[in-house]
Amino acid sequence: MIHTENLTKKFGDVVAVEDLNLEVCEGEVFGFLGPNGAGKTTTLRMLTGLIAPTHGTAVVNGYRVGQDDMNIRRSVGILTETPGLYERLSAEHNLRIYASLYEVEDIAGQVEKYLRMLGLWERRHEAAAKFSKGMKQKLAMARALLHEPRVLFLDEPTASLDPEAAHLVREFIAGLSQEGRTILLCTHNLDEADRLCDRIGVLKTRLLMVDTPDRLRSNLFERKVVFHLRQADAALAEAVAGLPFVQDCTAVDNKLLVTLDDPEMHNPEIIRMLVGLGADLQFVGELRRSLEDVYLHLVKEG
Amino acid sequence: MQKIKTIIRKEWADVFGNRLVLLTVLFIPLVFTVIPVGLLFLTRGASATDLPSELPAQARHLCPESATIMECFQIYVLNQFMLLFMFTPLIVPVTLAAYSIVGEKATHSLEPLLATPITTFELLMGKNLAAAVPAPVGTWFSVVVYALGARLLVGKAQAIAVFSEPMWWIAVFVVGPLLSVLSTNFSLMVSSRVNEPHVAEQLSAVVILPLLVLFFAQVAGLVILNRSLILLLAVTLVAVDALLFYLAVRLFQRETILTRWR
Ligand SMILES: Nc1ncnc2c1ncn2[C@@H]1O[C@H](COP(=O)(O)OP(=O)(O)OP(=O)(O)O)[C@@H](O)[C@H]1O
Ligand SMILES: [Mg+2]
Repeated sequence: MIHTENLTKKFGDVVAVEDLNLEVCEGEVFGFLGPNGAGKTTTLRMLTGLIAPTHGTAVVNGYRVGQDDMNIRRSVGILTETPGLYERLSAEHNLRIYASLYEVEDIAGQVEKYLRMLGLWERRHEAAAKFSKGMKQKLAMARALLHEPRVLFLDEPTASLDPEAAHLVREFIAGLSQEGRTILLCTHNLDEADRLCDRIGVLKTRLLMVDTPDRLRSNLFERKVVFHLRQADAALAEAVAGLPFVQDCTAVDNKLLVTLDDPEMHNPEIIRMLVGLGADLQFVGELRRSLEDVYLHLVKEG
Repeated sequence: MQKIKTIIRKEWADVFGNRLVLLTVLFIPLVFTVIPVGLLFLTRGASATDLPSELPAQARHLCPESATIMECFQIYVLNQFMLLFMFTPLIVPVTLAAYSIVGEKATHSLEPLLATPITTFELLMGKNLAAAVPAPVGTWFSVVVYALGARLLVGKAQAIAVFSEPMWWIAVFVVGPLLSVLSTNFSLMVSSRVNEPHVAEQLSAVVILPLLVLFFAQVAGLVILNRSLILLLAVTLVAVDALLFYLAVRLFQRETILTRWR
């Protein structure tokens, strides 16, 4: 659905995006993670035909960026970094304008559909200026969807929303993905990327790494298992550390933190051993690294 | 076509919702109505003895054979004001057009707009018409009020002599709108090249106003306006307007407008 080769954008001497090679499949939710100034917005602008790449190529929805920009614009939806609404006009009027510009046939129907879907129907006659940040964001989201694009570009869709509104928008995006749309999402919210995205690309001018959230975590860090005991002591830790497949074991407040390569294979053996030593085993769990750890690690290294 | 209409409707809904802009647009035609009608009102008691002994050369040929010197002078004065109405549409669109691109950039609505499948031609045509149309329409209202004033305060014969002159019909209904398009095109080009709305307005005004003065001085003093000259002006303006619009479309660099910051 989206394919780029060595996509590069320079603003004068500033390299905003360098040699981006990306392949996003149909129906996939792809997340762009990266610090401020990483080039996320710039990439989105290139892929929606708003600015031209300095070099490299990109194909979106079968259309080549720079050659078929009109068709790209027709077939994709974009949520820009700032909503950019016509503040003096009503919510409904804003959408009607865009429905017409996007060549929508059933303008009234589509406008109503998305106003209702995003919970703005009751307030459709109010000027956009009177809306809260969250409502403006939702209106901008509706605007991006009026022409039922198969590919969606969302630039920080939940930035500056309260947790409840952000949750609603996230659910909404999950719903859009279920309809089979391809979504490219920029975000600073790691939790959001973790939950919504099939794959994540960490960008810092260059694409540092691309993978599923789970694999990003496990590829970068060794796996740890936590054994909760009624009482843990140094002797138990030492005994576990003595096992050949255990790389490391430490006791921390009645917990044993065990580092090993293949927990699925070796956990039962550790459990048997602990029980044999008379320990009261309460819970066993995997210590999941947060995506934040992964991200910070990558960005610092990159 | 549909998209051009959409842009025009959007511009009007947006702009005329802004009371300050609306006032600016209405103000000039209003002043240009009040001043001539007011002068007619104040000078309505003037008698033949107040007249200068010689009428300006260009006055005589404007008058019908049968007109008295007094009537002829009145016709001459009425005619001078008609010139004003021809030029009014040159000033009015500046505010609207100067704001129209850079204003959208300032409120960040330009990016989603440019992300839609609208061509530069459609966008600029919509913006152009939206800014250019109100001025002549406002001016026509002024002319109607002025004509009524001339009829009531000066006299039927003099009013007929002025308002039945085809030259003024061409001036008000053809040259006026073309001048409106001229200054719109110009301000639109400025608006696509600067980064702040007020700079666009000032820059457009700086260039339009001397143009206006120049035109005025020339037409009023040095050149005697007649039918063929007005026609020539109209034809020239059609060409100049077309050329300027073509340039405006060519010079409209979407990327530069979105990303330039200085
Ligand atoms: N119009 C511009 N002129 C010059 N440099 C620019 C311009 N727009 C972006 N840049 C530069 O390009 C780089 C990438 O910017 P971009 O806006 O794409 O980052 P981003 O990842 O979207 O950041 P953020 O998370 O803050 O939105 C930055 O170094 C920025 O300074
Ligand atoms: Mg950004």
